[in-house]
Amino acid sequence: MKTTTPKVMKWIPWLTVLILAGWLLSTFWQPPETGFHTRDFGKLPVLLNGRIQPFDSVARNSLLQIRTRQSLGEVTADQWLVELMMKPDAADKQPVFRIDNLELLNLLVLSEKDKYYSFNDLQPHAADIDKEAQRIDAVDPSSRSVFEQQLMKLFNATQVYQRLKLTLAPPDSKDLALELASYQKLIPDGVAAVRAKEAGQKYDGTTLNDFLGYLAAYDDMSKYALPLVLPPLQDAKTRDDWQNLGANLIGLSQGKDLNPAVKNYAAMVSAYQNNRPDEFNQALDEYSQWVGKWYPVETGKGVHEAFYNFFQAFYKAIVLYVLAFLLAVTALLTFAIAPRASETLRRTAFYLVLLTGLVHTFAIVFRMVLEGRPPVTNLYSSAIFIGWGCVVLGLILERVFAVGLGAAVASFAGFVTLVIAQNLAIDGDTMEMMRAVLDTNFWLATHVVVVTLGYASTFMAGFLAITYILLGLGTPLLEQKVGQIELGKVLTKMVYAIVCFATLFSFTGTVLGGIWADQSWGRFWGWDPKENGALLIVLWNAIILHARWGGLVRDRGIMCLAVFGNIVTSFSWFGVNMLGIGLHSYGFMEAAFKWLMLFIISQVAIIVLGLLPARFWKSFHAKKPAPNLAAVVPAKV
Amino acid sequence: MVLNPLIKFFGSLRLTVVCLALGMVLIFAGTMAEVHLGLYQSQNEFFRSFIVFWRPENSPWKIPVLPGGYLLGGVLLLNLVAAHSERFTFNRKKAGIWMAHTGLILLLLGQLLTDMLAHESTMHLRVGEARNYSESERAFELAVSDVTDPKATQVVAIPDRLLLKHGDLRTADLPFTVRVHTYYANSALTNQAAAGFQPAVAPDATGAGGLWLKAVPHETDDKLRDLPSGVVEIVTPQGSAGSWLVSSYLGTPQTFTWQNRKYELLLRPERFYRPYSLQLQEFKHDVYKGTDVPKNFSSRLVLNRPDTGEHRDVLIYMNNPLRYAGETFYQASFDTDDQGTILQVVHNPSWITPYLACLLVGAGLVVQFLTHLVPFLKRRRAA
Repeated sequence: MKTTTPKVMKWIPWLTVLILAGWLLSTFWQPPETGFHTRDFGKLPVLLNGRIQPFDSVARNSLLQIRTRQSLGEVTADQWLVELMMKPDAADKQPVFRIDNLELLNLLVLSEKDKYYSFNDLQPHAADIDKEAQRIDAVDPSSRSVFEQQLMKLFNATQVYQRLKLTLAPPDSKDLALELASYQKLIPDGVAAVRAKEAGQKYDGTTLNDFLGYLAAYDDMSKYALPLVLPPLQDAKTRDDWQNLGANLIGLSQGKDLNPAVKNYAAMVSAYQNNRPDEFNQALDEYSQWVGKWYPVETGKGVHEAFYNFFQAFYKAIVLYVLAFLLAVTALLTFAIAPRASETLRRTAFYLVLLTGLVHTFAIVFRMVLEGRPPVTNLYSSAIFIGWGCVVLGLILERVFAVGLGAAVASFAGFVTLVIAQNLAIDGDTMEMMRAVLDTNFWLATHVVVVTLGYASTFMAGFLAITYILLGLGTPLLEQKVGQIELGKVLTKMVYAIVCFATLFSFTGTVLGGIWADQSWGRFWGWDPKENGALLIVLWNAIILHARWGGLVRDRGIMCLAVFGNIVTSFSWFGVNMLGIGLHSYGFMEAAFKWLMLFIISQVAIIVLGLLPARFWKSFHAKKPAPNLAAVVPAKV
Repeated sequence: MVLNPLIKFFGSLRLTVVCLALGMVLIFAGTMAEVHLGLYQSQNEFFRSFIVFWRPENSPWKIPVLPGGYLLGGVLLLNLVAAHSERFTFNRKKAGIWMAHTGLILLLLGQLLTDMLAHESTMHLRVGEARNYSESERAFELAVSDVTDPKATQVVAIPDRLLLKHGDLRTADLPFTVRVHTYYANSALTNQAAAGFQPAVAPDATGAGGLWLKAVPHETDDKLRDLPSGVVEIVTPQGSAGSWLVSSYLGTPQTFTWQNRKYELLLRPERFYRPYSLQLQEFKHDVYKGTDVPKNFSSRLVLNRPDTGEHRDVLIYMNNPLRYAGETFYQASFDTDDQGTILQVVHNPSWITPYLACLLVGAGLVVQFLTHLVPFLKRRRAA
């Protein structure tokens, strides 16, 4: 629209995005490690939750569960895990247990100002925790009090913590390699002593006791160690036949083979126990090479997933989306006052959303490859994918109607959904294995993806409608012309187009779900709550379209209907999971319920605002009645 | 014409919107009701009904509160047909709408047909066991068997809907009358007198003593089923041959002898026989290593059909059913000891309709939106 935009203004968008892209690229680089190479250790593959993952994921997910953070400030998750597994006495002093509940703090006689507590802090009252946990275990999860929920959470955290401790070394180990060597030497005599005792013959009491002492410690390890760290032996039946250290060491006394990885792990543990970084790093290198040679797929998975964890793409995307949102909103609010500056801001926002969308896409694709799955496999990934869908739709809208609205709503939706995803990730592993019924990539790729796009587009329409209502009430912008039409009309067209998409996606997705059900258990439609939720979205979109076609509602009515679509979608996405029935239920989610209610209330409030008569609107009140009055009144006088 | 206002009413968009909105209320209410009533009961009350009633507790009143699924579906169907006959003329611009709506009509009709024609039952097999029948999940039957000749057992099965009516049941296949004194669709049994329980005997106090029964409300937990019981008397032309408790709790039949013939009475899930049998060779319940998350359930079976000489191995696992003789066998559940499988057997002649409907509606919507979107984008580009 302008002919004299200064060159600088033209370059600002590109420059900003280039700088941010440079920043993103720079975060790929990791400074070399000094001391113990715990970061490399974090890349080693292990088996947990039925899947191969690196120690790094074990560390981060455990910390999330225990501390609700992925690190301990300066101490990385890998450093913490290595210490916990190899020198548990030192780790017990680290403040890792997060406790917020006052009742719980009182029970444990802890001061409330710290927020994070060490295992040693909890020790004096461990018996109380156990006793309460036993009682609460019998209480139905949905009827537990806040205190009971928090106590169970702490109890589970201590369980994870103690099990991790037993992964690589028995309790009270001082020099694992030495201890293993003496155990191996003791086996023949020890076995003989046990046999002799059983046969009622003479045996050496000390040998027997020492031997049984080892076995008891290894037995604990074999029962409780959390990740399985030893790759399957060459003669193992399947590739996922991983073992833990304890089981292998007990097997040794029964004439089974020593897993070659034991020696390496023992060397690492001993080096760490005796504070010898060089030996640790050497043993780590040797093991990395060995495991890389014999288990290339698993090793690759470990390395890549550790990189994925390190890069934290979604976290960075959140930051960039916020930035883009601020830019887009500023552009939107200033396009009438300072069109040129506004256009520069808008373009910056648009390119930034594009860049962030690429990061978002990269992370989704990386995750898909890691998992070998389509993008949506659980609630966590559905949030990420809904955000992605909204961002893509927003970018298309921005490309078609270059007014900043698409960029604003896209970045907002991207930000909100990724924050929701981060909160859903707090339970730990987000790449858990799929239960038998869901173990089908074909239907996950079709039904789940399409229905999730249906959610995304319904939300998108709702967010655009909110923009309409807020801008209309608070500013005169909806009447401002953008090119040839008013901004208000642009928004109406956008919402209509998105609702059409939403109808297509939600209908197709829902019916595909029915077809999956028909294929899997012979029932196209079972009135399962999740199915009903999806159907509600279809019906609601159909209502909006028919109400518009029938002339039952005008622009503002459509906007209010579209906002209500947010409520319907959030109910279907989250609400029905809270009912705890049917095939799709994932259990009751107390905290999520509160947020869902808040969201619904906020949407109702916006609808009420949208229903306010036009005279309360800054955008329309001046226009229609005034000229009519002016025309009519003089004639009568 | 008189019909015109009617067609106008039934073809109006206003009616569409009202029906869709009521449909949403119905689905929402039905979904919430599933929490308390269970899926099955809620489906019957909300979706497989014409009117949804509200029954205030301790009151004989039935207050209609919502149109049920059948009514709404029916009106929507009328609405669609009327709208098309009245308003729409077929042209290229409307092709998408036509396709989508035809697909919807097909979907609604198909679901109605499924509701009327589809038949579901289950087949429970222990390892090594072969069966040539499946069983109803909810309906029971009283099997009266003449077992005098073990090689040629004669069975007369009386469906529970007849038992529920009580009274005398006569058939030419039985030489005596079955008199139903009590029959409860869901019941509880005890072996000692307790409050609310009545002795499981005929009114004249004959019959097997030692057990007490009472009626209990329908089961609402979807994992559980109603367990019926009743007391029946065998009335011969010479008088009563005795009364017996029949109950789904009893695993073994009640027996009696009359005129030198041996009979058995057994209340069992209704059976559906087939000219072929399935034998369970092996059931597998795989979990992910180091977890108890199920990875797969599978049943290896032998299909045996004497009249055609068919004899082959089949494997049924999650998302991979056996389709045979117009029926589909799905892996539905299993015994807790992993030594038995439960297959869902579905016969649904209209299974194809949702597939076609989905294709039609999906394609219709795409066509419709593209016919609007493409010219719009062209105009923008030109502007």
